[in-house]
Amino acid sequence: MTASDYLAALLLISGAVFFLAGTLGLLRFPDVYTRLHALTKADNVGLGLVVIGLAIQAESLAAVGKLLLIWLLVLLAGASVSYLVARGALHKGIRLWKR
Amino acid sequence: MQTFYFALALFLLLNLFAGMWRVLRGPSPADRMLAAQLFGTTAVAVLLLLAQASASPALRDVALLFALLAAVTAVAFVRRAWPEEGGERDGE
Repeated sequence: MTASDYLAALLLISGAVFFLAGTLGLLRFPDVYTRLHALTKADNVGLGLVVIGLAIQAESLAAVGKLLLIWLLVLLAGASVSYLVARGALHKGIRLWKR
Repeated sequence: MQTFYFALALFLLLNLFAGMWRVLRGPSPADRMLAAQLFGTTAVAVLLLLAQASASPALRDVALLFALLAAVTAVAFVRRAWPEEGGERDGE
């Protein structure tokens, strides 16, 4: 394994940790809004780290471009979707969680 | 390195499996939708890992499609499941 392999493995593992955190948050958090918070971490940072880790190993520049494009699309979609879901939940009258 | 990719893809798949619990339990439709949203992102990551591991770049296009479909699904859910949105009835 070369140095770039180790770097890629490190990035991929930290991305997987964020995915794990997102799943745990989705299972453990009490209401829609807090779950939204957990979800966007996995969406943005988790996938971002995985994409960067894979981009280091990718075979061509075009592949790197496509990886980044996928990440940008997920970023955009995640931001708009979490806004829409949170606003819809507020309109619907889902109460905010209070301890 | 290839084994590592496959192991990581398997780990993400197990994550996805654990997320099933939220889809089954709810309680509100929005919670189920959020779990489905996480599935979409995890599926994208799994597909990207598999594309690299098995050297089949076509899987990257599948991942792109998954990202696109996840976004459309969530927007459709918000529009259809909660139609009574305060005052802005455009076109209906």
